[in-house]
Amino acid sequence: MDVKDWKILLVDDEVEFVSTLAERLELRGMSPRLAHDGESALKAVAQDPPQVMVLDVMMPGMKGLDVLRRVKESHPKVQVILLTGQGKTRDGIEGMKLGAFFYMMKPLDLDELIAKLGEAVAAGGGA
Amino acid sequence: MLKNIVGRHIPEPEPENGVDIVSPQRYRILRRKIVALMAVVSILPLLTLAAINYYEHQATLTGEIQNPLRVLVSKTRNSFEIFLAERTSTVSLIASAYPFEDLANEKVLNRIFQVMRREFVGFVDLALIDSKGDLRSYVGPYDLRGRNYAEQAWFHQVSIKGKYMSDVFMGFRKFPHVVIAVQHTGEDGRSWVLRATIDTSQFDRIIAAMSLEPGGDAFLVNREGVLQTDSLLYGKVLDKLPFPMPAPSFETNVVNILTPAGEEAFLSYTYFADADFVLMAVKPRPSVLQTWYSVRIDLLIIFLAGVAAIFVAVYQITNVIIRRLRESDERRLSAIHQMEHTQKLSSIGRLAAGVAHEINNPLAIINEKAGLMRDLIGLRPDFPDKERFLAQVDAIIASVNRGRSITQRMLGFARRMDVKIEPLDINRVLTETMGFLEREAQYRNVSLERELAEGLPPIPSDQGQIQQVFLNVLNNALFAVADGGHIRVVTADLDEHFVAVSIQDDGCGMCEETVKHMFEPFFTTKKDKGTGLGMSITYGIVKRLGGEIQVSSKQGEGTTITILLPKKQAEG
Repeated sequence: MDVKDWKILLVDDEVEFVSTLAERLELRGMSPRLAHDGESALKAVAQDPPQVMVLDVMMPGMKGLDVLRRVKESHPKVQVILLTGQGKTRDGIEGMKLGAFFYMMKPLDLDELIAKLGEAVAAGGGA
Repeated sequence: MLKNIVGRHIPEPEPENGVDIVSPQRYRILRRKIVALMAVVSILPLLTLAAINYYEHQATLTGEIQNPLRVLVSKTRNSFEIFLAERTSTVSLIASAYPFEDLANEKVLNRIFQVMRREFVGFVDLALIDSKGDLRSYVGPYDLRGRNYAEQAWFHQVSIKGKYMSDVFMGFRKFPHVVIAVQHTGEDGRSWVLRATIDTSQFDRIIAAMSLEPGGDAFLVNREGVLQTDSLLYGKVLDKLPFPMPAPSFETNVVNILTPAGEEAFLSYTYFADADFVLMAVKPRPSVLQTWYSVRIDLLIIFLAGVAAIFVAVYQITNVIIRRLRESDERRLSAIHQMEHTQKLSSIGRLAAGVAHEINNPLAIINEKAGLMRDLIGLRPDFPDKERFLAQVDAIIASVNRGRSITQRMLGFARRMDVKIEPLDINRVLTETMGFLEREAQYRNVSLERELAEGLPPIPSDQGQIQQVFLNVLNNALFAVADGGHIRVVTADLDEHFVAVSIQDDGCGMCEETVKHMFEPFFTTKKDKGTGLGMSITYGIVKRLGGEIQVSSKQGEGTTITILLPKKQAEG
């Protein structure tokens, strides 16, 4: 599947981070959607489920793991890549147990992210 | 060697840490107080007891010495009084039993006198004196015929009182004697005086009968203090007594006097009721109290020995108490310090985690922004100074990566992660870890010695973390030694709880200040080469695994880091 058709949702409360990340992905032909908190992320998933969701664990309001749990309940096919600030933390491991596809540490390595996005799209097989 | 190091407490108590260090001065004061109090409490009653005992004993003893003396003097006075009373009554009886004419007849008088002498010893002569004072008849060894006594004091006395007894005097006879005179008034109104002289050798005999101990003395004096009998120590008859007369008393008294020779003595005395005599007995005090003095010395020795024993006991007990106190204070302080140290490190760990986490977000933004800049520059083939910009951006990204590795390590210091605990052969892990360093060691000609105990029990632990710990410590040792230095790795089965791994180097060592801070994050002595996280992470790991790290270092001589690993996994 061409990267243009990847349905990606980026969820992070750090607007500067997530918008810059989105711009870099757009430069590579993708068209990710953005959400800045857990509520709007869930809404976005409900409207149009993405194939891959990149989800920050540490967010004000609804925590990343809660979002993950609810997404996995309503849309089990959506693959979630967790972003953590603390490497192999308990959150990361917990996230994997809850069914996250992978977890990555900030600051991100873009090439690695893109590679993982591809794997996730392949694994999900569409929404 | 190893046990010595292990026995040491790290960190040492720090006086400036706000914990009250008990100074030696306070222990000295405490010791002094306890000794003083205990000594006073135990010696004071002893002293009181000894004093009471001393005085009571002295009083009793004095009483026991004085009482026989008193009794003796009383008895002897009785003897004297009986003696004198008998003679006075005899004279009085004769004066009243015979008419004047009979008495005036010297033959009759002589016969009476002979009877008297036979019945009562001591009579020397007998004389009849009429009311005018003329001597009318006389029986005795002297020629006194024709004498008149009308003007003599004793004659007046007998006229008034009817009876008279003289003091001892020498008179014409040149030997001591006493005169007894009795007046009698006949039925026809005529009165006469019968006068007898008594030889005072009888007095000496009565006194001799007292059988005084050697050094004692007894004698008769008159109320003016003139000796009436010879005294062994204070003069002959009619000499003046060399000490003042005691107060008149008809009871027998005992007083302390100072003899002219300067000795203390007991003086027992009694005044006669019917005669002008005072009977005295003197007993020197030192000889009397000889027994008491020996008792007193015994008492003193016992008292002093008791005091010495009390002091020794008090001192020993106090020493034990103070030592216990000091030990427990030290233990308490060391426990407090250990706790403070652990708390400090754990709060620093939390702080480090928080900071690392917060720094990660801006780092991520910088990373993305720089990445975007590079993307954009890369997309524009006509970008001016493209290479220079890309170099700048790459430098930013490299710095971000450096920052990321620091924050990752900071998080590693504090993070709690699920570790994979498995039984590990510590010797094998050590050998493996040292393998990483062998090339560098060879290159720098540093000898890596190992002294691995055989038969170490497997330790339940996480291989990766244990390896990280060993690598950190070995790296530090390698950094510390000069080229050609030595690093020695020793393992030992320490006790039932721990296995000890000791890494010794003969490198530059650390000063106390460095040892104190070496486990704190970001503390480094490697200037630009280190992050200051190695030992803090090492500490965190060892603690999490239930172990201990102990440091012994001397500047210029080297450092020994001993890692204790528990044989059993910590509970919880």
